[in-house]
Amino acid sequence: MMTRDTLSMPPRRNLSLGQTIQQSLTMAYRTLLKIRRTPEQLMDVTFQPIIFTLMFTYIFGGAIAGNVQHYLPIIIPGILVQTVITTSIVTGTQLREDMDTGVFDRFKALPIARIAPLAGALLADTIRYLIATVLTISMGYIMGYRPQGGLSHVAMAGLLVIVCAWAISWIFAFFGVIARTASSVQGISMLILFPITFLSNAFVPAETMPHWLQGFVNVNPVSHLVTAVRDLANTGTVNSNLVTSLVGVAVIVAIFAPLTVRAYMRRT
Amino acid sequence: MNNPKTIESRWAVEAKGLVKVFGDNRAVDGVDLLVPKGSIYGVLGPNGAGKTTTIRILATLLRPTAGEARIFDHDIRKEPHLVRQLVGVTGQYASVDESLSATENLIIFSRLLGLSRKDARRRTVELLEEFHLTEAARRPIKKFSGGMRRRLDLAASLIAQPPLIFLDEPTTGLDPLTRSQMWDTIRRLVATGSTVLLTTQYLDEADQLADRIAVIDRGRVVAEGTVDELKSSLGTSSLHLQLQDAALSPIAQQIAEKMLLVDAVFISPEGRMTAPIADAEQVTDLLLAFRQHNIHTASLSVQKPTLDEVFLTITGHGVPDDENDDNALQEMSQ
Repeated sequence: MMTRDTLSMPPRRNLSLGQTIQQSLTMAYRTLLKIRRTPEQLMDVTFQPIIFTLMFTYIFGGAIAGNVQHYLPIIIPGILVQTVITTSIVTGTQLREDMDTGVFDRFKALPIARIAPLAGALLADTIRYLIATVLTISMGYIMGYRPQGGLSHVAMAGLLVIVCAWAISWIFAFFGVIARTASSVQGISMLILFPITFLSNAFVPAETMPHWLQGFVNVNPVSHLVTAVRDLANTGTVNSNLVTSLVGVAVIVAIFAPLTVRAYMRRT
Repeated sequence: MNNPKTIESRWAVEAKGLVKVFGDNRAVDGVDLLVPKGSIYGVLGPNGAGKTTTIRILATLLRPTAGEARIFDHDIRKEPHLVRQLVGVTGQYASVDESLSATENLIIFSRLLGLSRKDARRRTVELLEEFHLTEAARRPIKKFSGGMRRRLDLAASLIAQPPLIFLDEPTTGLDPLTRSQMWDTIRRLVATGSTVLLTTQYLDEADQLADRIAVIDRGRVVAEGTVDELKSSLGTSSLHLQLQDAALSPIAQQIAEKMLLVDAVFISPEGRMTAPIADAEQVTDLLLAFRQHNIHTASLSVQKPTLDEVFLTITGHGVPDDENDDNALQEMSQ
């Protein structure tokens, strides 16, 4: 039998920030291990960028921009934003599934920061956004997309999308925490996602839409994000849209992070 | 009642008037428990009696509706973080990550508990060895048998060597061999100085392991005491015996009543005899006497009081079947 004195740590009343971060990283590591064990989880982030990019470009290219080559600078940033944000829904469904398994009981019984399992899940999901981003841009490149902004600006644009998707994933994490089942999380999230990604300038220039719709499209944060990404990648310029996007997602985090954490604490 | 202030060092668990209400179901309805340090304490009761809910409250997984509880003198409501450092919980349903291996599970829990990478690895190897899981260490848990899962689950609860361990029905659903291995493990835990609080549906298990037992029914403790105290209040075992020749029943009854020193021996017309026995030795004497009188037996068994009989004796009603299942479901969904 083991010896009692080797590992016992004196009981502590509080957790330090360092411990909380270390525990969140461990939880993120756990999620990554699970992805490695079940790589089919990554199907969506692998195939969606490839299929959507191909489909949208060849279907709409001629109609919207005259030809595919002219459409690529419009569609690639649009589809990048749409795909990566869609990916962030998984955060919510997986969180729900995870919270329903027996192992979550153990996490709750451990003397760890209450927030660690949540933070770990959100952190690990950035790897999914990264995969979706790289694949979408690569797909565009294969189809002939040559962004004028150069590699560094394209990388910045990718980073911007990842940061925004992470922020938006808090919305879906919130649904994940309050919903009863994973499929209802999926349902609610889709209902939100479709309007905000399609009622934007991601696929079609806003000017071609009716006036009342333009009103929504122009205030939709997704439009600002798409424009910011286009400007960064296509011309290498930074403008107010980038600031607007960052402020927009900061507001999302400011609202949904506390809501999610509070709901999560109550649930656990 | 004991005053916790004056003898605060004696108890691992002190619970007073714990109540947990789910909707209109009072799953736990005023439970008092005093668990002495260094002992094995058994909580015995049927499904849905409130055992799991009580443990979940004590392990800070559920907030009680009313009442208070202290673990090693730390209030479960006011100092949950401290309490979590002092207890290990092994639930009724395996609480490990199905898609990960045993090693990965233990390393993650160790890291979460603050062990360094090196210590986590060392502790994992130690525990795997101790629970005979080394060979299966790299396989995903999905492929584990029920017994292996329980062992891993228990191993995960022991990483930080908590002084108090909650075991919620640790052997339910296990085969007899695995069950007795689990019993040995639990005994070894207490030998190293831990306190164990275990719930069970089996009188036999409580009998084998526990120093003290609380019998719980419909959310209340209906009897409490040492195993012997409880047993003597529950009556004795009974002997069931089938005579080869039913015609010998009258003489067999006479002999049995003389040898067992009772007058409650019952024999059916088919030659089936039932008699209470206080001491197993008496059975030997009885069988020898039967042999001398040329009375042959076809079958023979000694039965201990069942949980049903215990309940009948203590509560005046049997194990409630119908509501039993409802409560169990409700408990599971919490």
